Amino acid sequence: MSGPDLLFYFFATLSLGGGLLMVFSRHPVSAALFMIVSLVGVASLFVLLDAFFLAILQVLVYAGAVMVLFLFIIMLLDVGPGGAKASRLKFLSGVAGLISVGLLVILLLDLSLGAMEPSDCSADGCEDCSETSAFAWPEIREETAANGNSLVFSPSVKAFGFGLLAKYMLPLQVAGFLLLAAMVGVIILSRKSTGEEGG
Amino acid sequence: MEFNPEMLLQLGLKVLFAFTMVGAVMTMAGYSVLAERKVSAWMQGRVGPNRTALPFVENIPFIGSFLKGLGIFQPLADGLKFLFKEEIVPGHVNKVYYYMAPLVALVPALTTMTVLPFGQYYDEAGNSSPLILANLEVGILFIFAVSSLGVYGIVLAGWSSNSKYPFLGGIRSSAQMISYELAMGLSLLPVFLWVSVPGSEASALSLVGIVSSQNDSAWLLLIQPVSALIFLIALFAETNRLPFDMPESETDLVGGFHTEYGSFKFGIFFVAEYAHIVVGSAIFTTIFLGGWHFLPWIADPWPATWVGTLLGIGWFLAKTAFLIFFFIWIRWTIPRFRYDQVMSIGWTKLLPLALINLIVYVLLVTWLDQTPSATP
Amino acid sequence: MAKTVVLERKPLSLSERTYLPQIVTGLKTTFSNMFKEKATLQYPEEKPQLPQNYRGVPTLVNDPNGREKCVSCQLCEFVCPPKAIRITPGSVPEEDEDREHVEKAPQEFEINMLRCIYCGYCQEVCPEEAIFLLDEYSSSGYTREEMINNKAKLYELGGTLPDKHYKWDKKKDAEVEGNAH
Repeated sequence: MSGPDLLFYFFATLSLGGGLLMVFSRHPVSAALFMIVSLVGVASLFVLLDAFFLAILQVLVYAGAVMVLFLFIIMLLDVGPGGAKASRLKFLSGVAGLISVGLLVILLLDLSLGAMEPSDCSADGCEDCSETSAFAWPEIREETAANGNSLVFSPSVKAFGFGLLAKYMLPLQVAGFLLLAAMVGVIILSRKSTGEEGG
Repeated sequence: MEFNPEMLLQLGLKVLFAFTMVGAVMTMAGYSVLAERKVSAWMQGRVGPNRTALPFVENIPFIGSFLKGLGIFQPLADGLKFLFKEEIVPGHVNKVYYYMAPLVALVPALTTMTVLPFGQYYDEAGNSSPLILANLEVGILFIFAVSSLGVYGIVLAGWSSNSKYPFLGGIRSSAQMISYELAMGLSLLPVFLWVSVPGSEASALSLVGIVSSQNDSAWLLLIQPVSALIFLIALFAETNRLPFDMPESETDLVGGFHTEYGSFKFGIFFVAEYAHIVVGSAIFTTIFLGGWHFLPWIADPWPATWVGTLLGIGWFLAKTAFLIFFFIWIRWTIPRFRYDQVMSIGWTKLLPLALINLIVYVLLVTWLDQTPSATP
Repeated sequence: MAKTVVLERKPLSLSERTYLPQIVTGLKTTFSNMFKEKATLQYPEEKPQLPQNYRGVPTLVNDPNGREKCVSCQLCEFVCPPKAIRITPGSVPEEDEDREHVEKAPQEFEINMLRCIYCGYCQEVCPEEAIFLLDEYSSSGYTREEMINNKAKLYELGGTLPDKHYKWDKKKDAEVEGNAH
């Protein structure tokens, strides 16, 4: 077993173990911390795939900002162990568990089937490899050139920028719009009623 | 990838460099503490620590007494004091997180320096390559990502102490960090927009690229003063320095997050705080003060040999030291903000200012790109 | 009554609202302070200049002829707010022929420096001007017992002070001149 493999197993264990411990820990703060461990583990896996940008965004956004907010809220509300009413949520969590397991099975099936298919794209510049199979991109990663219009999947920052702002402009805008709607919604929900404060 | 002697040598060298850098930053952190005490003393008409002495060095005529007067050996005594004090763990704390918190605070402070270029090395052909532990393409993002993890140390310390003042410190700190990270990131966007010329091979977010862009041209401080100002203010907030030392504020929170800490665990928090300042100053030097390059518009006067390397590192350290002094200077000049003022400065002043700054520079860069002759 | 003048407060200008010029002014002030003369006294090497009326450790003093002034009236013991003084009254030792059986003298005189608050009431109340708060200010010890000054220690600290009254000399003069009250 070589170095990167060892590292892969280490970080995979870290992220999976962190995730499991997050689910099973009784105290919300411990759960949040294990989630951070898991997120950092996933980010390390991205690093092993040479996707530094993605890894760093993972740490910056999720571990660094979102989870700080989580902790902030947990600490502010001072939720103790088993704070949530487990009995009431049993049915809901059962449904959620079923859905997520189903999704996982579908994903695994898709991945394994996709891997079984003989990859018909050769190493020289096929542009839509990234869309057909998740396993295809390490091969074409070698010759990434994000210049011009031929967008290939690459871990470099430029490719990300180019992809987001040229090829996937519409999805980006839609996602941005969705976030904007959510923000406006939060502002309206958290605003005091107009009668008292006048807005 | 099999292990072979060559690789082990490389690995060993990397580890050696890493230890050297950790040692350097820790030493600088220790001496920043001394500088803090000395400068604060001078500003208040006092003398500062001038009693600590090493047995033999003290007896060297003139130099010994001079060093003693400067308090050069004080950090040693401080460190030993932290090391040999009794370890007290209050009975009401959450043990695991209580022990973990100082480490969580220290590790990000020391990790950020791995992507920090601090000089350049010339080979026989005169080609220069930067001195850096890991030349990451997205160095600045790495720094942001890792330093954003630093808040967990404070939050954990505050929460695990199970005591109200540290808890308030932790809560304040998390809110403050999130608020100022936004302004900090936004303030750097125009800088990187300006530096990354379209079509250039240099990666847009590399710290090495940003330093070499300032070689015999203007420092980015002169080109982007607003960005530099916002970044500096956000840096003060992120390093928890006065006037933004909300998590610690002695007057209203006793000692903030480290109220329940003593001896070496407190020492680690202390070192982490100063390591943050050292690394923060180094980052500001790299981005806005031209790194190891001499002066704006003047090419480096030193030769392209190892002498130049050493002088460049020295110049970089001198700039960093000045910024550390600036941190201390500000601390002993400006009183602390109230907590709501901190929030309002972050969200209603700095963030809009950073956005306006970004828009202005986007327009400017676009306009410059349209007129090819004036490309920066 | 002074007339109150209400000053019109001008709205802050743009540069004032950023506070940056003010901060720069503050920075200048602190920077120039760095090079001013230091007020620090390097204590063990340099001693402070004590004022004339400094109240240090309470001590017992002899009169210029080297005689004990205290007559153990115990006024200081009674007036002492923290009850730091304890006097065991006694008589003047026999060898002092002039004063034997004329006046009393303390057999033991203790001032507990852990209790003393340096108020100076004892000095003020003493009719014989025997107790003085002199300029000794650094008293320290390793045990509580060490911090209780006994008679010998008190006289060692106090010594002899110039005295205007020369009580016994006056009495002697009066006796010689035949004017014994």
